Amino acid sequence: MSFMPSGTVYGTLLNFRAEVEALAPQMKQPPYKAPPQAPVLYVKPANTWSASGASIPVPARVPEVEVGASIAMVMGEAGAVAGYVLVNDLSIPHASFFRPPVKFKCLDGFLGLGERLVPASEAGNPSGFSLQVRINGELKQTVDFSHLVRDTARLLADVGAFMTLRPDDVLMLGCDAGRPLAKVGDRMDITAPGFGVLSNTLVAEAS
Amino acid sequence: MKHARVVYEGKAHHAVERDGRLLLDNGRLVSEDAVTWLPPLPPTPRPRTILALGLNYADHAKELEFKAPEEPLVFIKGEGTLTGHRQQTRRPADVQFMHYECELTVVVGKTAKKVKRDDAYDFIAGYTIANDYAIRDYLENWYRPNLRVKNRDGCTPLGPWLVDAANVANPMALALQTTVNGQLTQSGNTRDMIFNVPFLIEYFSSFMTLQPGDLILTGTPDGVVDCRPGDVVVTSIEGLGELINTIE
Repeated sequence: MSFMPSGTVYGTLLNFRAEVEALAPQMKQPPYKAPPQAPVLYVKPANTWSASGASIPVPARVPEVEVGASIAMVMGEAGAVAGYVLVNDLSIPHASFFRPPVKFKCLDGFLGLGERLVPASEAGNPSGFSLQVRINGELKQTVDFSHLVRDTARLLADVGAFMTLRPDDVLMLGCDAGRPLAKVGDRMDITAPGFGVLSNTLVAEAS
Repeated sequence: MKHARVVYEGKAHHAVERDGRLLLDNGRLVSEDAVTWLPPLPPTPRPRTILALGLNYADHAKELEFKAPEEPLVFIKGEGTLTGHRQQTRRPADVQFMHYECELTVVVGKTAKKVKRDDAYDFIAGYTIANDYAIRDYLENWYRPNLRVKNRDGCTPLGPWLVDAANVANPMALALQTTVNGQLTQSGNTRDMIFNVPFLIEYFSSFMTLQPGDLILTGTPDGVVDCRPGDVVVTSIEGLGELINTIE
């Protein structure tokens, strides 16, 4: 039985150093005018959730999607982390982060969720996590979670300063720069030691 | 019919309005101040999606020095930000500008996917009032309005009632207003929305499937003012009631 959230799923923008460095030249320009201070979050609502193994529909107007491979914290009681899960946070590629990304990120099925919730007790230190992304079997990206801007403790503290993560809420650690693109027919496999494989295939949306 | 969810003597109940009182699902008739009000929403099997509009009234866009958007400006909130009628919402000690936003809120009634605007009303269960508080001190230009502004605990009072769609003849012609300590500060009409409710149902359902219990907060008109601790803020919409909140 694949893991499915029962709380709200939050994503985190700009939590990898390379992602911040790539945008740094624009950060003081309009429309941003300043680098972000608080964590920049977004919601992946329930219509986006796909189990591992599921086919994910892509509308005909979308030639390619961006693969946002990450690991997410699943909250337990009283702000503790119950465990971790692989996620594939798909987006329609977009250059601006000024407005919330609902129409780019909240299409049906656009969040693959790993089968296995790895309990915090067995996961070890999240800064030691790494994952690999393969498209049709070819290695496209390796993500090393020692490169976070805010590590898990800092992210939880800074988010907790303005909102409470409730039991079963999910918070992604972020997606690194160099996110691969995929198109209809492609199989996306995300693996991390101890987490198994999160596998989804993109299919053309039924018209 | 006007539906509510309330806690009475420690238990959550569905209730309906009956001659100015609450008829609980156990048959008891109790007064409106004898209960703790929850958001007037039946539980959903999966977390509900809470869509909210920014700058959806031309006058409000002007007030905030924005040109009217060419497509809906949308953000999503988590369920933890909702609270009920007659509750308190916290203003952090260090902020300069915290304002209410009185908003007509659509409660989805049926699974909606690629719905045309002419059919949109078939997919609506009813309407309620949201007070979508914002703390402008925390605005940043990253996914603006950012969640630090819009997703704070208890910063989105909702209620008091879920009013059945059948009892709202024309949701696009409802007077709405806000008072602070009894003084009228905001006054508008839902007919002045830039993107109206049928448009929004078509727009959202074109790329995401809406489920029963999902919410669309449709934005607020001109007239937002700073609220201080102790202020009683009443957001009301014609036919839907008065949603009372106190700043703490």
